[in-house]
Amino acid sequence: MVQTYEPKSDYKVVGTRPIRHDGLDKVTGRAVYGADVKVPGLIWGEVLRSPHAHARIKSIDTSAAEAAPGVYAVATNADFPDPRAGEIDSGEDVVNFERDTKNLLAKDKVLYKGHAVAAVAAVDRNTAIEATKLIKVEYELLKPVRNVDEAMAKGAPILMEDLVGDDLGEDVRNTNVARHFRHEFGEVEKGFADSDLVVERTFTLQMVHQGYIEPHNATAIWDESGHVTAWSSTQGMFAVRDQTAGMLRIPESQVTVYPVEIGGGFGGKTKVYLAPVAAILSKKSGGRPVKMIMDRNSVFEASGPAPGGKITVKMGVTKDGKIKACASDLRYEAGAFPGSAIGAGAICIYGCYNIPNSRIDGYDVVVNKPKSAAYRAPGSPQAAFAIEQVVDEICDQMNWDKIKFRLDNASREGTRRGDGVMFGKVGLIETLEAARDSDHWKTPLKPSTNGMLRGRGIASGYWMNGGGKSTVDLMLQDDGTVAMNEGSADIGGTRASIAMQVAEVLGLPAEAVHPFIPSTDSIGFTGTTGGSRTTYATGYAGWQAANKLVGEMSKRASVLWGIDPSDVKFAAGKFSSGSDPELSIGFKDLAARIGDTGGPITTTASVNLAAAGAAYGVHICDLEIDPDTGKTDVIRYTAVQDVGKAVHPSYVEGQIQGGVAQGIGWALNEEYFITDSGSMANHTFLDYRMPTSLDMPMIDTILVEVPNPLHPYGVRGVGEVPLAPPLPAVANAVKDATGKRILDLPIKPGRIIEAMGS
Amino acid sequence: MELPQRVHVRTTINGQAQEFLVPPYMSLLDTIREIAGLTGTKEGCLDGNCGACTVSIDGRIVDSCLVLGAEVDGKSITTVEGLATAKGLHPLQQAFLEEAALQCGICTPGFLVAAKGLLDNEPDPSEERIRHWLAGNLCRCTGYDKIVRAVQKAATASH
Repeated sequence: MVQTYEPKSDYKVVGTRPIRHDGLDKVTGRAVYGADVKVPGLIWGEVLRSPHAHARIKSIDTSAAEAAPGVYAVATNADFPDPRAGEIDSGEDVVNFERDTKNLLAKDKVLYKGHAVAAVAAVDRNTAIEATKLIKVEYELLKPVRNVDEAMAKGAPILMEDLVGDDLGEDVRNTNVARHFRHEFGEVEKGFADSDLVVERTFTLQMVHQGYIEPHNATAIWDESGHVTAWSSTQGMFAVRDQTAGMLRIPESQVTVYPVEIGGGFGGKTKVYLAPVAAILSKKSGGRPVKMIMDRNSVFEASGPAPGGKITVKMGVTKDGKIKACASDLRYEAGAFPGSAIGAGAICIYGCYNIPNSRIDGYDVVVNKPKSAAYRAPGSPQAAFAIEQVVDEICDQMNWDKIKFRLDNASREGTRRGDGVMFGKVGLIETLEAARDSDHWKTPLKPSTNGMLRGRGIASGYWMNGGGKSTVDLMLQDDGTVAMNEGSADIGGTRASIAMQVAEVLGLPAEAVHPFIPSTDSIGFTGTTGGSRTTYATGYAGWQAANKLVGEMSKRASVLWGIDPSDVKFAAGKFSSGSDPELSIGFKDLAARIGDTGGPITTTASVNLAAAGAAYGVHICDLEIDPDTGKTDVIRYTAVQDVGKAVHPSYVEGQIQGGVAQGIGWALNEEYFITDSGSMANHTFLDYRMPTSLDMPMIDTILVEVPNPLHPYGVRGVGEVPLAPPLPAVANAVKDATGKRILDLPIKPGRIIEAMGS
Repeated sequence: MELPQRVHVRTTINGQAQEFLVPPYMSLLDTIREIAGLTGTKEGCLDGNCGACTVSIDGRIVDSCLVLGAEVDGKSITTVEGLATAKGLHPLQQAFLEEAALQCGICTPGFLVAAKGLLDNEPDPSEERIRHWLAGNLCRCTGYDKIVRAVQKAATASH
C-alpha cells in the first residue's frame, strides 16, 4: 500500500525563497566543477574520433603515437575487458555494457562522425591532442543512414549486423529497427468511422542537443590495488560508478566517484563517455591520474542528443467536442545504438487527453548519428509537437475554443493513459483553468503597427515524473544546526530544495541545514538526478530522516526529564511534555545537551518510491514574424504549470523559464544539420544557434499547486515538463500569424517564407 | 622530451602583479586556469561563442579562449575572483543570489564579469541594452529572465 498524505498549508520554510546554500561558491568562482579538479601528478587524455559517419575499421596503428615524446599510453576498444552482456537500469537510461564500450571506443565499425576510435594520455593537453594525429586508422567507407526513412527503406545499409529487432514480439534480423511496440485499447477504426472530423498529419523532427555549457569531463585514477577513483560532471555519481564498474568488469565497490559541480545536463549527463576511458589510460600510464575534457565539437558530434524522427497522428472527433479515437505512429532516431526515448514518447503523446479508442505504434530506429540520450522529458516534446498541432487544427476547423476543447477532453484521476495506465490525482484541469483565467489569455493580441505578422498559440504537455532510490543522512550539531549529506547531484538548486524540506520538519530556518554531497562510498545509493525526481524523492528521504531526528531528540528530552519518550511532543521548534506543561526545551537548547543524554545523533533514511506525481504544463505564446525575412520573435510568453507544491518558488520558476527557452530554440532554430555524407555541419555554438538573451522576452510563470498525495508536502517534479509545450505553442502561433501550418522542425525563416509563398 | 619555447609575461590579475612563462600557443583561458590557478573562469566552447570564459582586460570584455596568454604582457585582467572585496560581494553577485539568477552556475562567472563591464560604463541600462550586451554569453538553464532582472537590480543597488 502506497502511503498518501493530506495537503498541508501552514508552511514556515517550504514556499519561501532563501538564498541557495551553494550560491556563494558559484558567484565567486570558488565552486569546483569537473574541469577544475586538481590532483597531484595529473596527465591529460584526448580522443581520436572518426571523420566518417559509417565505416568499417580495417586497422588501427598506434605505434607512432605511443612512441611520441610526452605520451604515456594509447587505448583502443581492445583494452576493455570482454563486456558483460545484458542491460541494467541507470536513472533515465537502460545501460547495455557491450554497446556502451563500443560507443566509448569503436570496435570493428564506426557508426557516426565523431565516434571515438582511440585515446591518448600525455603529459599535457596539447601533447595529447597532437599525439592523436599520429594514430593511423584504415577505414572501409559505408553508405550512411541519416534518418528513419533511410533506415527503414528496403535494402538500407545495416548498422549493426548482430542486431535482432523486436517487431511486436517477433525476432527480426538484418534490420535497423531495434524495436516496434504497440499500445492499443478500444475500437480505433470504429472510433474513426463514428467521428465527424478526422485529421491526420505527419511531422518530421531533427536531432537537437541539450546544449549544456559545460563540456563532458572526467578525471580518473586506476591504481595498483585495482581501485578506480573518479571525478566527473554527471547527473548521477552512482551512475558513473556503476557504468564505469560495468564496463571495466570490476565490482562497484572498487569504484569511488567524487561529486563535482555540474555545469548543466538536462538529461545529457546521465550517460558516461569519458570516465572508463580515463581509467584505462590511467592504468596503462602506471596509475597516473588522467583528466579528459571533451571539446565542444565532440560534445555535439559524439554525446547524446535528443532523437529526431517522424510522427504521424490521426485524430477523430465528434460534433459535441469529444475525441473519439486517436492513432499515432512514432519513429524515433536512437542514433548509433538502440535505445531512443520512444517508450516515454509513446507514454506521453496522449497524456493530456481522455481518448476512448487509442492506438500507439512506437519504433526505435538506429541511424548513423550519435547515440541519443535523455533530454528533459525525453520523447515528450516531439510527441507534443505532433498531437498539439493536430488538436489546434481540429479546433480551427470546428471553430472550437482551444482551452474548452482541452478541458472537455482532459485527463483526470482514473483516465487511462495511452499505454493503459490509470492516472492518479493530476492537475491538468486546474492548469488549463489557470491558463484560461490568465491575463495573457484574456488580453487579445494587438496587431503589429509596423507590418509584422502576429500570432498566438497555446499548447499543453505532460511528463509522468520519476521516483526511485534516494538517501539522506542528518547529523545534529551541538549548536542546533544540522549537517545534511544527500546523494543527488545538484544541477540547479536541489541542495536547497532538499534542505528546506528537512528544515520544515525541524522548525529550523533553511540556512540552519547545511547540505553536502559526499562520494559514492559515503552515502547510500541515490539514483541519478533525472526524471524530475530529486526534490520529490530525495526530499522525501530528507523528510523521513528529519522525522527520525525528531524522534531521537524526543528520546533525549525524555532522558533529561525522566519521563516516557511517548510523552514528548515536538511542535514549533520546541520539545515539550504532553502531561507536564512545565517541561519544555527548544531545539537548539536540546541540541546543546546531546553530550549529556547519550552522545551524537545521526539519522539516515533511504527511500525507493515506485510512483511519482505527474506534471502538466499549458503554455501561451505570442510571436511576430517579419514577412520579408521569416525571422520570428517571441514577444510574450506565459507558462502555466501544476507544480504540486513549489518548495523554492524562484527555482521552480527558473526551471520553467529555462525549459521554455530551450523549447523556443528547438521550435525555431535548433537542429542537427546533416550533410549528404552524414556529418553534422553545424557543430559549434555559432552555427548550432541556441537562444541568447536578445532572442528571449521575459517569461511569465503561473504556478498552480495541486498537491501530490504521494509526498508529505505535495511535491511534484517540475524540471522536465516545461520543455514539452513550447514546440507546439510556437508552431500554433506561427499558424495563427501566417495561416500556414508547418509540420517540420525547426520552423526556421526559410521554411516560413517557403510556406507563405505556397 | 624537448621543452617547448616559453614566453615571459608580466601582468596584473585581480590587482596582483604576476609573472609567468607561458607556451606561445596557450590561451589566456588556460593561462588563467592552469598557470595562475584561478579556475572560476570556465571553458565552454574554446571558440568564442559561449562567453563562459569572459574576463576583462584593461576594462574591456573578452573571451579569454580567443586571446593568447602571451598577449597580456603589461595588461590588467579581472576575473570573477576579482569581483568580491574584503568588504563583501559585488552588488551583481549579491543580486544574482537574491534573484536566483543561476541554476548550474557554469555560465555565472562569465555573466558577472560581462555585466560588470556594462554597469561600470552605463549605470542605468534598459532591459534591451542589458539583453544586447549579454548576448555573447550563453545560459542554457535560466532562459535569461532572472539574469536580466538581477542585472537591473544590481544597477539600482549601485546608485
